[in-house]
Amino acid sequence: MQATELRRPTDADPERWVPYGHGDTDYGTPARAGTALTLTIDEREVTVPSGTSVMRAAIEAGIAVPKLCATDSLEAFGSCRLCLVEIEGRKGYPASCTTPVEAGMKVRTRSARLDKLRRGVMELYLSDHPLDESGLPTADSAFRDLAQSLGVKQVRYGRGTAHLAEAKDESNPYFAYDPAKCIVCYRCVRACEDIQGTYALTVSGRGFAARIAAGQGEPFMTSECVSCGACVASCPTGSLLEKSVIAHGRPERTTVTTCAYCGVGCSFKVETKGEGPSPRVIRMVPYRYGRANEGHACVKGRFAWGYATHKDRVTQPMIRDRISEPWREVSWDEAIAFAAGRLRAIQARHGRDAIGGITSSRCTNEETYLVQKLVRAAFGNNNVDTCARVCHSPTGYGLKQTLGESAGTQEFRSVEKADVIMLIGANPTEGHPVFASRLKRRLRRGARLIVIDPRRIELVDAPHVKADFHLQLRPGSNVAVLNSLAHVIVTEGRLDERFVAERCEDRAFAQWRDFVAGAENSPEAMQPCTGVPASLVRGAARLYATGVDGRRNAAIYYGLGVTEHAQGSTAVMGIANLAMATGNVGREGVGVNPLRGQNNVQGSCDMGSFPHELPGYRHVSDATVRGMFESAWGVALSPEPGLRIPNMFEAALDGSFRGLYCQGEDLLQSDPNTQHVAAALAAMDCVIVQDIFMNETAKCAHVFLPGASFLEKDGTFTNAERRVSRVRKVMEPLSGYADWEVTQRLANTLGYPMRYAHPREIMAEIAALTPTFAGVTYEKLDRLGSLQWPCNDAAPEGTPTMHVDSFVRGKGRFFITRYVPSDEKSTRRYPLLLTTGRVLTQYNVGAQTRRTENVRWQHEDVLEIHPHDAEARGIAEGDWAGVESRAGRTVLRARVTDRVAAGVVYTTFHFPESGANVITTDSSDWATNCPEYKVTAVQVSKVAQPSAWQRRYRRFSAEQESLFEHRRHADEAAAK
Amino acid sequence: MDIDNLVRMANRIGEFFAAMPDAQEAQAGIAGHLQRFWEPRMRREIVAHVERGGAGLSEIVRQAIASNRDRLLPAQTR
Repeated sequence: MQATELRRPTDADPERWVPYGHGDTDYGTPARAGTALTLTIDEREVTVPSGTSVMRAAIEAGIAVPKLCATDSLEAFGSCRLCLVEIEGRKGYPASCTTPVEAGMKVRTRSARLDKLRRGVMELYLSDHPLDESGLPTADSAFRDLAQSLGVKQVRYGRGTAHLAEAKDESNPYFAYDPAKCIVCYRCVRACEDIQGTYALTVSGRGFAARIAAGQGEPFMTSECVSCGACVASCPTGSLLEKSVIAHGRPERTTVTTCAYCGVGCSFKVETKGEGPSPRVIRMVPYRYGRANEGHACVKGRFAWGYATHKDRVTQPMIRDRISEPWREVSWDEAIAFAAGRLRAIQARHGRDAIGGITSSRCTNEETYLVQKLVRAAFGNNNVDTCARVCHSPTGYGLKQTLGESAGTQEFRSVEKADVIMLIGANPTEGHPVFASRLKRRLRRGARLIVIDPRRIELVDAPHVKADFHLQLRPGSNVAVLNSLAHVIVTEGRLDERFVAERCEDRAFAQWRDFVAGAENSPEAMQPCTGVPASLVRGAARLYATGVDGRRNAAIYYGLGVTEHAQGSTAVMGIANLAMATGNVGREGVGVNPLRGQNNVQGSCDMGSFPHELPGYRHVSDATVRGMFESAWGVALSPEPGLRIPNMFEAALDGSFRGLYCQGEDLLQSDPNTQHVAAALAAMDCVIVQDIFMNETAKCAHVFLPGASFLEKDGTFTNAERRVSRVRKVMEPLSGYADWEVTQRLANTLGYPMRYAHPREIMAEIAALTPTFAGVTYEKLDRLGSLQWPCNDAAPEGTPTMHVDSFVRGKGRFFITRYVPSDEKSTRRYPLLLTTGRVLTQYNVGAQTRRTENVRWQHEDVLEIHPHDAEARGIAEGDWAGVESRAGRTVLRARVTDRVAAGVVYTTFHFPESGANVITTDSSDWATNCPEYKVTAVQVSKVAQPSAWQRRYRRFSAEQESLFEHRRHADEAAAK
Repeated sequence: MDIDNLVRMANRIGEFFAAMPDAQEAQAGIAGHLQRFWEPRMRREIVAHVERGGAGLSEIVRQAIASNRDRLLPAQTR
């Protein structure tokens, strides 16, 4: 019997899905898979898998068992003594949470004796707990509900004072710890260890003096706590509680939705209070049935949602003729008419191909689909691109070429079956924290780890997690390392010959094998360029290819440290080669897994956001596919690929590209070589920005169309596992319109009719035109929670694992991946290599997280520099360091650390004034033009003041802020 | 478009395909990549550059473009 199948709420109400309290049953202990056993509980026959606890068996049968320390997200602990039961033939009163079921067992959960024992236990708890006038715990919690239901009338013991006088810890901006309400059930400690994997919490003291301690008895904020909220979610007494609940009271309604931060795509319950169009969000709680996160969250998704109602939200459309003029607030009609008029005027003068659009990897599938449709059908060209251009476009290209589909091969849960995990150019602890927790749990349970990264990321040496190998390569040498790994696998006879013979193209494989076997690819030959000792490469290759003790499921997870290189696509193909060569594709526990950056970057690619591909990754030159879209859309479509983002900038500078519709993407901050981007934007006649905030790009825009946050619209996001999940509207758009409605109005004004009444109609069109989405409907998403594409007649409930019996392209294709050093290499003038990344508490360009309390953890980008390099330059911790490349110069505060190797410096790009992208160059991936953010040759020196660019930036920014502050209303403007 | 940048990009494409043992396949790969991923105005400029001698282009890229000229020029300007 399969018991791990999640129970899904089935009676979906599309408007308010999962009413509060519904589908929230906590079964007390985790589900088990095993053979069916039948026992009797309270005279009822109950059948459950062997290994199940008596508690879970009872609750599954609908019999409530009192409990405090037990929760089904954690293994049983058996400390609270409230779940006692009677079992026929056994002495005493065993705890039902720690007692496994047996066939024929006869259990009683209710009796006068049990009631009395439970009341006695509860009385002891209450003797040292703050109580209200009715003698119940003050905090509205599971503990209070239980005290009430057990009917404890009085506390016969003296009032304890052990905890009552202790000070609250309110150091964390999002939650408080009140020791007075703590019953020391260890749920928070266990959640921190087992779910999050940080080990920040312990219990200090014994008996009455016991209390929860963060770090070495520090405030939460200064401890190693990462504020994931797992402890808060697990607390049964309200001792750990969200400050928003303390301030505003318990929420009244729940809507299940999908997080708008990273590509993990966690499912959340948005809990709100109040009626009408704008209820107050009280908290976001990770949803236990969300398959991507299974009840876990991180500091961003769980707590950093205050930006959605931040005072900086722009809610009125604005226009201006020139960017030196103040903005004019106008009606939606006027703004749309102005934008459409400008775009058509540009086309009339400079040709149909002189304009284009950017779809947003933060918006929904339906919205990105609509923007690319607008560009292809209404603009009449294929000049559409998306943020994936600058992150995972090499993944799309490389995996399509080798395996046949532009997406990862597994679901996240697959990692639980991996024996060896190879992590390349990714730092999940900071970038994909909820997946990192899952990964760490698997590593604690015995999987082995290989890390390939220029930095000593946390997973190299984390609590109870150690990498077996850390290949600390020089930035830019990924392909050299991948080829060396392949060399060892081939020359030591560690190939999965049978898999290759059955599943891959012979000729390409033979050519690849001969290539990687060449002496020039040996770890010894490559060591001078990679900086990685050959013995480590050999050891890592053996571990990846052969596994441990006959357990040989090896999975590769990778991030932007692979793709954002001049050879990004080559590296992705190198990864696919390794997986095919060792037979690690097509089942659980293996695969090629890109960790994607933004919430819907997978979805935006799926929806045809690339200039050469229609939805479903089909090339625009394919006449059959194009014909299908032409007849559905009622227009002729161009068969030629359009401009990619960097090509748009180049074309803008030569005057042939002059108008851009940019939805939910901050090109000026996120794209490389800021000064080049700024010049390109300045060269355009009409830049239309649709965003929730006045972002950097908007400072160079002529039209501002207010966007809607993820709380303000319906739609779907697709995460890194190809999982399509619903986004559900919690409040009305602050500006009056969801983003898809704005695109639709623009299309209509341009003379191309769009008549959608709801995003579900857009999804129906996507499904009708895209074979991999054929089976996706809102009804099915409501019923099943989420769907991993391909979802069609062959796989009506989606496809967790791809390429099972054959590759999507038929036979897998090996590619020769010769290492070519990047043009960005250290020289006498620029002797260091800069690489970039992110931190846990900030997200992407920071537009969201900078407007939350997350700035308490990180309020600026800093430059990590190795002690040797720092000393040679006279730079001490906290000094201002000037960073200069051939593209530009900026100044950042230095952090001296050996997390980076000597010769390498590192920074993040979350704060616009840091100008990390002033330094990055136009060097890009050969196949996709994905910028080489991860390698820039730089010099670093100690300085006393901001760079010239930073001074110019401040001046320009101040001017633009003033033009926004002094924006005029339409009627005032008319009067003048 | 900045021709130096286009030349640099084309050479990087050439470096990938040049590793293929079959020279014909490598040239076809280069031309196919340009056709499938470069927007017409980029292709027109690189073809024109080759017709002016192709300064800066690697030999394999220059040849691939020269021998696939018609395929690389978009339909309307052929």
